[in-house]
Parts: sequence; structure tokens; C-alpha cells
Amino acid sequence: MKIDRRSFLSLGLGVAAGSVLSPLPWKLTDDLSIWTQTWPWTPVPKDGAVHYVHSVSTLCSGGCGIQVRKVDDRAIKIEGMEGYPGSDGKACNQCLAGIQKLYGPDHIQTPLKRVGNRGEGRFAPISWDEAMSMVAEQLKKLRTEGKSQTLGCVVEREYGTIPQLFKRFAKVYGSPNFMTMPSYLDGYEQIFKIMQGEEAIPGFDLENADYILSFGSGLVEGWGSAPRMFQANSLWKEKGVPVVQFEPRLSNTAAKATQWVPINPGAEAILALGLAHVIIKENLFHYDFVNRYSARFEAWEDGQGTEQKGFKDRVLDRYDPRYVSRVTGVPSSQIEKIAREFAKAESPIALCGRGAGHTPGAIFEFHAVHALNGLVGNINRKGGVWALPKPDYIAWPEPALDEVAKKGGDTPRVDGAGTETYPAASSLTHRLPAMINDAEESPIQVLLVHGANPCYCLPDTETVRAAFEKIPCIVSFASHMDETALMADLILPDHGHLEKYQDVPAPEGLSVPVIGLARPVVAPLYDTRHVGDTVIQLAKAMGGGMADSFPWKNYEECLRKTLGQHWKTMEEKGWFSPDFSGPDWNEAFETPTRNFVFIPERYGKDTEEAGVSPIEVEGDPITFPMVMIPFDHVRIAAGPVGNAPFVMKTIEDTLLRDKDIFVQVHPKTAGKAGLEEGVLAVLSTPKGSAKVRVHVYDGIQPGLVAVPRGLGRGSGDEFMADKGVNVNRLIGPVEDPVSGLNAAWGIRANLTIA
Amino acid sequence: MKKAADHTKPKRYGMVIDLDKCTGCGACMVACFAENNIPFKKDESEKLLSITWMRVYKLSNKKKYPDTDICYLPRPCMHCEGHEGHSPCVSVCPATVTDYSTETGIVSQIYTRCFGCRYCMAACPYHARYFNWWDPVWPKGMEKMLSPDVSVRMRGVVEKCSFCYHRYQRAKDKAYVEGRTDVEEEEYQTACTQACPARAITFGDLNNPKHKVYELKQDPHAFRLLERLGTNPKVYYVSSREWVRKSGDNYLKHEEPGHIATKH
Repeated sequence: MKIDRRSFLSLGLGVAAGSVLSPLPWKLTDDLSIWTQTWPWTPVPKDGAVHYVHSVSTLCSGGCGIQVRKVDDRAIKIEGMEGYPGSDGKACNQCLAGIQKLYGPDHIQTPLKRVGNRGEGRFAPISWDEAMSMVAEQLKKLRTEGKSQTLGCVVEREYGTIPQLFKRFAKVYGSPNFMTMPSYLDGYEQIFKIMQGEEAIPGFDLENADYILSFGSGLVEGWGSAPRMFQANSLWKEKGVPVVQFEPRLSNTAAKATQWVPINPGAEAILALGLAHVIIKENLFHYDFVNRYSARFEAWEDGQGTEQKGFKDRVLDRYDPRYVSRVTGVPSSQIEKIAREFAKAESPIALCGRGAGHTPGAIFEFHAVHALNGLVGNINRKGGVWALPKPDYIAWPEPALDEVAKKGGDTPRVDGAGTETYPAASSLTHRLPAMINDAEESPIQVLLVHGANPCYCLPDTETVRAAFEKIPCIVSFASHMDETALMADLILPDHGHLEKYQDVPAPEGLSVPVIGLARPVVAPLYDTRHVGDTVIQLAKAMGGGMADSFPWKNYEECLRKTLGQHWKTMEEKGWFSPDFSGPDWNEAFETPTRNFVFIPERYGKDTEEAGVSPIEVEGDPITFPMVMIPFDHVRIAAGPVGNAPFVMKTIEDTLLRDKDIFVQVHPKTAGKAGLEEGVLAVLSTPKGSAKVRVHVYDGIQPGLVAVPRGLGRGSGDEFMADKGVNVNRLIGPVEDPVSGLNAAWGIRANLTIA
Repeated sequence: MKKAADHTKPKRYGMVIDLDKCTGCGACMVACFAENNIPFKKDESEKLLSITWMRVYKLSNKKKYPDTDICYLPRPCMHCEGHEGHSPCVSVCPATVTDYSTETGIVSQIYTRCFGCRYCMAACPYHARYFNWWDPVWPKGMEKMLSPDVSVRMRGVVEKCSFCYHRYQRAKDKAYVEGRTDVEEEEYQTACTQACPARAITFGDLNNPKHKVYELKQDPHAFRLLERLGTNPKVYYVSSREWVRKSGDNYLKHEEPGHIATKH
């Protein structure tokens, strides 16, 4: 057939018309879109039976009661547990994202032995038997050499059966060096000891308070138990309770407060005493409490018979609002107004512990703030500060100590806590690195670390690292890779937080005692072992008296026996709240005079000469014209465990962009240094320097550089590792001369364009 | 548009968010991610590419120190009713992926119908819609946490907040089994509402006087975002601070926030 022009064109037209009219191209487009949407790698989650398991999250110190939604044997989502004391149906964002920690890639799967250089992160899997015998061997050797006191244990907090098992282990082994990580609770612990003569933990009845004074506490930024604090904050809004926030930076808490009062950083104690001055001068204090249940408010005689000025005269003499105004930068009229409002409220409460409370702060500050609570008589009263008994449900028989244990246990602690210099301190872990670095041979030969992450969380991380380099043997019980586990010689991985039983006592700051029960939501995924079992087995491997002091078959038996009759309640309800009714004022205080002491013994002499001056920060003002302050942000976990991927996703782009951290400076400060929004800059302090980006922020005092805490993780999954800078690398501890606690609130710094 | 089922009154599910209570903690975002199988990448700091059905914005009064003030504003999909269901996105969708339900007042999104033209994203004045530029990837083992209630999206489709519609379906099923025709207020709550530790988010039927939102939306300090566009959104905000209310739209000096468009 001959194809001429006409037939060619008609064929062409026919094809065109046919294609348009036929369903084929549309069908193909449709198929294409379906095909491109059903890739085999797009997961189709399997359906199954839905049920809930109640537990308590151990990811943060807030102790959120949680319920985990499961589909068959998969844990799908974490929600808050209704009715759980404090968190009541809610949980913080870290705990809500907790499933990602369970299934995430940084869950340690088997015991590991270091094969590379220390800190390099090269590990080889070994068997549990091998790992256990290696640790036992080391410990036996040390003990036979008579160096039992060189065993160190670092845990996050002291309470609960797991830390107590470590404490007991150290004790029967013959070492006093059981240490906990620093927090603002250490300050409260010491204050209760010296002002009330009590071994107690703080409880704040915030729901019933009607005037809140916060000296830099990040009330909605991780201070205390986060979900409880958020609910308290909402309650204050509903009831119209005034909240006054003293802080040099407009934090979320300051923005939520009724009144944000900018203050020169580090001057909080002076301000508190200035408020006390007004309250005393205008006779606004609680007469009954001050006259009948307190001591040293008026002049008193010391041991040598010399008359000493009382709290009243010291405050009246020294802390006139005009002077206080000069030091703190708060106008004196405002000091007077706030003091009056505070004193006239029914249940006013003053709080301290900067930010989320990761660093304790100066004891003067705790003293001044607690004295304010004393002045208004809001101690152990509705809406006030409560001295709660330390959790005492763990009543194990006193272990029998052999000669080695007695001798080793009597040696002074390496960190100096409880010694003559720092009698009120029970742990001063931030002092440990310097002690190790200054010694010829490390005073700690074997270090056991559980639940804590000193290589990330302690100030001056370079020094901490150097100290850890010097410790011959480090054993980590981490369930997720962290900076400290990276430095370890052996990792004996604990079950993850949703894989095990554990008692979780005392949600931070709650005014009633509570013991929660964390329980396994899923069966352990990997070859891990409950840390409680590991400790018990280690003790058994040590043999002799040590084995006898750990009579339990395993941890679960230990926990069940410890909780005794309460076990059943806890299994059913998820928690147990021991009976507690605070004693009346005439029985509440256990100081020698049986009352609330405004000027504690040791403290009195130190302050009389020096007065209270703001704690100076490290660094010289010429090289470092600015001052760096760390700040806590509620979407960044700054504790031992870093952010889960979901929480990383919530971080604002003015805090982190790609791998760059943003530091906040006032427009004036930025202008002076020639910096603009978003530019790269170098932040240097006496401790080191780092590349940062600049965020120009109006809500910060000129001259300050604010750096978010919790970024710059050196380990963990790809979602959080190596993003930003760990602020602890740029700041060092400043020792409080009275308490030994770390009083650093900042460090001198410079910010220059990169 | 679907006709309302005969046996139940038409509902208009919506939210009232108390910005005085919101602390910007981000728990609503995390709860939403977990509930709705939202993917996560190594870097999520480029917010234009970060899928967040619920996103908490930070507002500032832009005043100088020490008069500076900030406020957080959680932004889910506004489930705009527009005029008789003509929400901005529904009007432009060529594939009927997204629709306004007169039964619930929820703007739906059917992923498998979407071919990624992104007209809806351009039309949405709230930036509430997100495009999947990549296939979602879960690190090995992490796909175990995926919920079977919400289908996992794939590359090339647009997604957005559904007011946790699957929870409504679940609640409806439960009611049906128990022989009821209606869903109780507490039976259907979104994941963000349930999670908000400040109890700042209230969710319910704006038509139903028994629901808390009915009362709350009439607060004199209540306002909606970009009201003058006539999108008629079903998410209300409450703030005692005037500068916050004024941040919700562009206002002339004499104008009062919350009184520009008629409330429905």
C-alpha cells in the first residue's frame, strides 16, 4: 500500500484522536501513580490486638506515669497514665517519644569490650560470662591489694533499689565512693540539713501556693517533674496566682510568668536578702513562726559566749533595697512592691535552682531563698515548702562488713563530700575529675557507671575526659550508647527503659511521697541483662561476705521482697503513696535547738566577714568581655539521655540549623561585635572555643551570650549525634566555699565573627 | 460533598487553644508524630522540608529589652469551613483527595488519590500541608513502632493533620457496638489534646452546647488566624495579651481581633 501525504496525515490524526478518546493514557497515568505509591519498601504496619500497659518512665528525672499502647507484641505509642501523682495523665515530650529509644539504633545489644583506644568507640561483642568474670577478676585483684577504696560508683540519683544496690555493693566491697550526679536537689539537701537539721528531700506544694517567686528556676523548662509543672502553671493561670520570675533572659518561664523581672545574673541571693530586708523592716514576717519556731533571727551567743548578730540585723544592716538595686539591677521600688505582695499573700513560696536545675548553685542562694520561705512561715504548710523524709521503704538488713570493707569504708571520699571541709555534702561528683587529674595515680581504679553520663553532663568535659583516661578500668551499665559508655572498657548493657521492672521513687519536687513501678512493656529485645541482676551476680562472684550481703536470687526477688506488702498495690495501680502527714512546727525541726535556724552554724562565720557577694565567674574581663550563660530549653534533653528523633524534630530553627547551634545575644551586643542574625561566629571561653551561629534576641540582657544546654552529643543515633555544641565543654565548675557544690552560673566569654 | 447522616446531627469538630497556658513544650507535636506515623529524617532543622502536622510557632512582640515578650502558638490544620465547605484547599484539589465533611467538619486527605500537584499547599494560608519529597525511611527495627491505624505515606503525596480521624472512626465503631448513635465528647479526642501537659488544647464539637469548646470559643479574647481571608477556620485561640491576638492577622489600628469575620 502506498502511503501518501493524505493517508499519513489522516493516520496521524486518527492516532491522536484515538489516544484522546481512548481510556488508555488515563489508565496508564492512573496506574503509574498507583505504581509509584506502592513501593515494596513503604511499610504497611501489621494490625493486631490493641492493649495498654502501665509503667513509669525512667528516661528523665520527672518520673512520668505512662501507659503504652501495644498492638500484639509491638509497643506503638506512649501516653500519660491517668491519676498518676504529679504527671496525672500527661508526660513530657522526652517520655512521649520513648518508644524510639526502645527500637532505636543506639540500643546496646550485647556486652561489649573495648578494642580500640579509649573513647575511640571501637568495641567487640563478648559473652556475658566472659564480661562478668573480667569485672569480678578486676574487683578481686583490687580488693586483695588492699585498695578497695579505689572502687567508684556513679549513678544519677540516690534513691530506689538499683542505686541502693550499687551503694551496698560499694559498702561491702570497702569503698566510700558512691557518687550521684549534681543537681539543684543537692542544694536543698544541704539546706534542710543546716537550717532544719533534717535528712530530707524538698517537696513544693505549688498547686496550693498563691504567690510564686522564682529565682531563675525554669518552672516550665524541666525544673522538677515537667508535666506536673505545666499543670501547676495552668492552674496558676486559672486561679490568677501571681508568678514573678527573676532572670536575665526572657525564658519560656519568664514569658509565662505574670511578671518578668530581669536581674543581673548571679545576684539572685542578694535580691532574696533585699526582699527579706523589706519584709523585716516593715514587720511583714510571720510572727508566730519566727518568734516561736525559729532561732538566730535575733542576736545569739555562739559557743565561745560571744554575741553574734542575728539574721534580722544582718539583713537590715547590709541589704538595703538601694544597695540591692545597684547589685541586682532591679529597681528598689520593684523590690519593695514584690516583697510586700509576697509577704501579704496567704501561701507564698520562693523557689530556686537555675533552669532545669542541672547545676546546684551557691548555697548562699539556697539559704537566702529558703530564709524567705521561713520569714513567711511557709515551711511544712499548705502551699509551702515541705521537708519530705527520704524514701525509707528499702529496709535491708545492715550488711556484715569484713576487715577490708571496714578499713576501706573509713577512708575519706575522693570527692571530699562528708569530710571536715564539706560536712553537709553527700556527693560532690563535679570535684572528682580534678582529684583524679591532680593525683599521681588515679584514686579511682575501677569505676562503675549506671544511669549517669558524667562525660557529657559534668562541667568542663575536657577535664572529665582526661580524668577518665587515667582510670584503669571503667565499666558502664548503659542501655544506650552515650559519651561515658564510649569511654568504658566494658559495657554490661542494662535492659532498656520499657523492658524491665524498677522502682521509681519520689517524682522531683512533689509534695507527697510516691513510689512508682516501672514494668516491662515488651520482652527484652537484645542480649541485655537487668542491671540489678548484674550487680547481684557480681556480688555473688566476689564470694564470702559480699555474696551473703546480697541474699536474693535475682533482682525481681529483691524488688518484691523490698516492696513487701506494697508490691500488689503497685502491680495493680502502678504506684504506691506512703502515709505522710508533716509534723507540726514544734516537732518539725531537728536542729540542736529544735527549731528553724536562720543562720546555720558553719555558715554564720563565713558570711559575717565576707557578706554575700555574687559568685564571680571564671575568666578575665579583658580577654573575655562577655558572659556566657547556659540555658535549658524544654525541647532539648540535657540529662544523661539525649533527645529521641521525634524530639529533635521539634527543636526550633533558631536553636539548631543543620549541625550549627545558635547562641542568643542582645542586638546591642551583636552590633558591637559586628554580628548579625545567622552569621557564623566563634564563641570562646577560658575552657575552649566553638563554632556557633548568632541569634539576635531582644529578650536577653546586653553583654550576655546564652547557649542552650543538651546539644553536641558525642554519641547516639544519627538524629542527635554531633549536632551543635555541648555547653559543658565551655564552662568549668566554680566551687562554693561553704558547701563544695558547683556554684557556676556562667563563664566569661567572647564572641567574634568567624 | 457528603450528606450528613440522617440519624446524627451534623458536627463541626474544632479546637480552642489557650495560648496563656501553652508553654511551647512540644509534647503535642511529639504525640502527633507518634500517633500518625510521621517520618523523621537525619536533619529536621530545615522547617520547609520537615513534616509537622502540628507545629508550634514562636511569636514575639518585637519590643526592645526588657519589654520583650514571646508566646507560643500551636498550629494544626485549621479544618477551614470556608463558605459552605469551600475551604481553600478543597476548592483547588483536582483529584478530590481532600474534601470537607459536613458530617464532622473535618477536611480529609486521601493519600492514594494524591498525585502531588501541590495546589492545595499553595492555597493553604496556614502552611498546614506538607509534601513528601522523599520516601519515608525508618531505621532497621524502628518500623515496629508504626501504628496500623494510620497508613504510611509515600513519596509524592501531600499530607496534613486529620484531627486524628481514625480516633473518630474507632469511637464511632465503639458507639455502634454499644448500640449508641452518637460519640461522646471524651470518646473522641485528638492525640495532641490528650498529650498537652498544660491542658491548653480543648477539642470537641463546636455545634454542641454541651461540649467545652462551645463555651470557650465565645471567650471575648478568642480569635482565629487570618480571619479576614474568609477561610472560616475551626481552630480558635485565646490569649489575654492583645499583641498576641493582633499577631493572628493584619489589623488596622481601630480594628479589634476576633470581630472581623462573622463567627459561625
